[in-house]
Amino acid sequence: MQQFSARKSGQWALIAGLFAIAAAGSAHALVWNLQPAATKIADDIHSLHEYVMVLIVVIFVGVFGVMFYSVFAHRKSKGHKAANFHENTTVEIIWTVIPFLILVVIAWPATRAVIAQKDTSNSDLTIKVTGHQWKWGYDYIKGEGEGISFVSKLSTPRDQIEGTAAKGENYLLEVDNELVVPVGKKIRILTTAADVIHAWGVPAFGAKQDAIPGFIRDIHFKAEKIGTFRGQCVELCGKEHGFMPIVVRVVSAEDYTKWVDGEKKKLAAAADDPAKVWTLDDIKARGEKVYAANCVACHQANGKGTPPAFPPLDGGKITIGPKAGHIDIVLNGKPNTAMAAFAKQLNDTDIAAVVTYERNAWGNKTGELIQPAEIKALRK
Amino acid sequence: MSAVIDDHGHAKDDHHHGDHHHGYGGMMRWITTTNHKDIGTMYLWFSFMMFMVGGTMALVIRAELFSPGLQIVNPDFFIQMTTMHGLIMVFGAIMPAFVGFANWLIPMQIGAPDMAFARMNNWSFWILPFAGSLLIMSFFVPGGAPGVGWTMYAPLTVQMGMGMDLTIFAVHLLGMSSIMGSINIVTTILNMRAPGMTLMKMPLFVWTWLITAYLLIASMPVLAGAVTMTLTDRHFGTSFFNAAGGGDPVLYQHIFWFFGHPEVYIIILPAFGVVSQILPAFSRKPLFGYASMVYATSSIAILSFIVWAHHMYTVGMPVTGQLFFMYATTLIAVPTACKIFNWLATMWRGSLTFETPMLFALGFLFLFTMGGFSGLVLALAAVDIQLHDTYYVVAHFHYVMVAGALFTAFGGIYFWLPKWTGKMYNETLGKWHFWLTMIFFNITFFVQHFSGLAGMPRRIPDYPLMFETWNKISSIGAFGFGFSQLLFLYIIVKAITSGEKAADKQWEGADSLEWTHLPSPAPYHSFETPPAIK
Repeated sequence: MQQFSARKSGQWALIAGLFAIAAAGSAHALVWNLQPAATKIADDIHSLHEYVMVLIVVIFVGVFGVMFYSVFAHRKSKGHKAANFHENTTVEIIWTVIPFLILVVIAWPATRAVIAQKDTSNSDLTIKVTGHQWKWGYDYIKGEGEGISFVSKLSTPRDQIEGTAAKGENYLLEVDNELVVPVGKKIRILTTAADVIHAWGVPAFGAKQDAIPGFIRDIHFKAEKIGTFRGQCVELCGKEHGFMPIVVRVVSAEDYTKWVDGEKKKLAAAADDPAKVWTLDDIKARGEKVYAANCVACHQANGKGTPPAFPPLDGGKITIGPKAGHIDIVLNGKPNTAMAAFAKQLNDTDIAAVVTYERNAWGNKTGELIQPAEIKALRK
Repeated sequence: MSAVIDDHGHAKDDHHHGDHHHGYGGMMRWITTTNHKDIGTMYLWFSFMMFMVGGTMALVIRAELFSPGLQIVNPDFFIQMTTMHGLIMVFGAIMPAFVGFANWLIPMQIGAPDMAFARMNNWSFWILPFAGSLLIMSFFVPGGAPGVGWTMYAPLTVQMGMGMDLTIFAVHLLGMSSIMGSINIVTTILNMRAPGMTLMKMPLFVWTWLITAYLLIASMPVLAGAVTMTLTDRHFGTSFFNAAGGGDPVLYQHIFWFFGHPEVYIIILPAFGVVSQILPAFSRKPLFGYASMVYATSSIAILSFIVWAHHMYTVGMPVTGQLFFMYATTLIAVPTACKIFNWLATMWRGSLTFETPMLFALGFLFLFTMGGFSGLVLALAAVDIQLHDTYYVVAHFHYVMVAGALFTAFGGIYFWLPKWTGKMYNETLGKWHFWLTMIFFNITFFVQHFSGLAGMPRRIPDYPLMFETWNKISSIGAFGFGFSQLLFLYIIVKAITSGEKAADKQWEGADSLEWTHLPSPAPYHSFETPPAIK
């Protein structure tokens, strides 16, 4: 017995040590529970979860109290003789009915929460969210800000991921273009996807919905706090699944109006004139940026790709072959592969730029210059 | 052995039982064997090998997740690891382990000489190494193994390389093996019971396998259909799961989970059966509520076919769909609770001892109930919206699959090893194995509830900094858990090679036929003439 308790305390010391090592590795406070709620629904989910957890803990303690009592009191080493009962219909009925009643007690609040979650009627603002491998497209389609449209991608630098730079506070939870919504307004989110199934969700809003290619689904949230809320894609969508976060900035009504104005002006200013004639160096520089934002995850910065799933562009059959084929695959993608169709994601200038860049970067020396007008012509 | 009623007099027939090398010797004996014990042994060793392979993959996953950032593997390979870990553990380790138990025990427990279809039995096993090889080969073809998760959701599957096709064929083979095995088990149980062994006298392990076999026969073809449709979508221009061609990616999920949920019970029901043999033996008291256990098991099996969409609360079902599947799912808690209470009542006022099998059974009872409770939380559609595809789900199903099925398999092996081999394992080492497994299991998986609640998604090779502590603890636990299983291998090999001789009725409270009517080790053909059942 002495030996046993010594061994046991040794085990506890071991566990405590492990926790200490692990805790020392992280500067962040421990997260134990659901993220703080920013919507009524998330709040309801918290209450429901807590309510069920209390029931569970009570039942658990009760049931295993019985088990451990039995383990200690009815052991042979204490000379306990086995009884011989093995049936009792009354008892069986009682312990069938009681769990059933507990379920009924849980079902009531659970049903109300589901109904509230599913009610997407009377929204103030409708935003379409499109999942792409591996970024989110946002289109404001109804309400203030209608017409705004942008793509939102991970902005954490690659060297932080690879460990050559210190990781920032919002590592993997930061994007270049945040989704901006007004506080206290019911936002209806329509989800869909361009390639495979993704899932859009923000834990603080209690909202999560799969984005399914070819189908539109909807959810809603009404943020009650101003602030920035972060989530991640939650449905496996290929190799960069872990790298497509969701960031929603909730702002006051005035700030939202300001943001909409600014965004509209930016859109007008940024609109490229597809008739502009570019020089090779200018368009190559533009193309390098487009490449870094859209292509580098698969085809790599050095253009070598990760064959065979992601073929090399440096010396690739398509990138040094006829330009028509090259433009076609960028515009329309390649079915049944991760190569996406960029026709709707990038404008004529961007596509012309990235194709020109790919045909003149690394070992590729075609010297060809593709003008936006050519892309415009091919789109029809 | 005065209690033995053995009218074929094994004692004087020992030379006959020992005479089992009438066929081939060496390797060919194992390839051509039609004996349920040989085949059961092969199932168990195969499953242990797969357990080691799948476990190694788990350690690669946990090593990468030890710290945020990408250190050891690239994201592509990481997802291949999660996919293959899942497929290999479910189809290669856990399911064959329990089929191994079925092979060894069903003929002995119902008083039969062997399984009904002995040659088919050989074939059901020998398909498995080929299926396993296909799965592992997929790593070495262009594009590598599929990185789609063990659920193989469309349309991501369409983007994969040749490894996906190998996996699909492996699933076909595994399905064939399971269906053949199940037909064999059903036929054996229904036709080959000794006179007097009525259905309601069968040991509960036999009952759970009878029900499981029906679940397998009903659900495996559905999975085969799902992966076949995936195959034709990939190569032959069909659009079952492609909206652009009139299909629906969500259809795949409905079909998959119509198989997938019964699958969960296919894994856990035989485990219930094993526990229902171990607990009474070490409580020295008959199983409480035998009839209600049979009814509860059947209810669970029937309910398992109408709850599948609780895996899909976030696909955007109508509110009535969410509610139906929520109610149906929570209903499973009723028969499950019944079983737990019956097990506790079995122990109550017994005369308990705590040998290794009993420890694993108690560990199962304690941890499986926790997994059941987190299942109840997940069943509530509203809460599941927060937890879907997070580490909470990972924690939940490891409590059910590892603490549920694997713990029981360990318990069962310690329990029946003396009967199978005639040798005893080292009890002290067995207890060490239990406590190491128990402690490291909880270090690995309990903390995953926290990271899941806080929103950490599954199947990601890298994570935000707030999840770091839990992942570190979990990784440390996983390595401890993994290496503890080498101790298990040592204990078993040691017992087989140089264990002490086991008694015919090694456990005082064991009361099924293999303990009361057969010597240890059990003869090659269990009952050549049926035993008399009181």
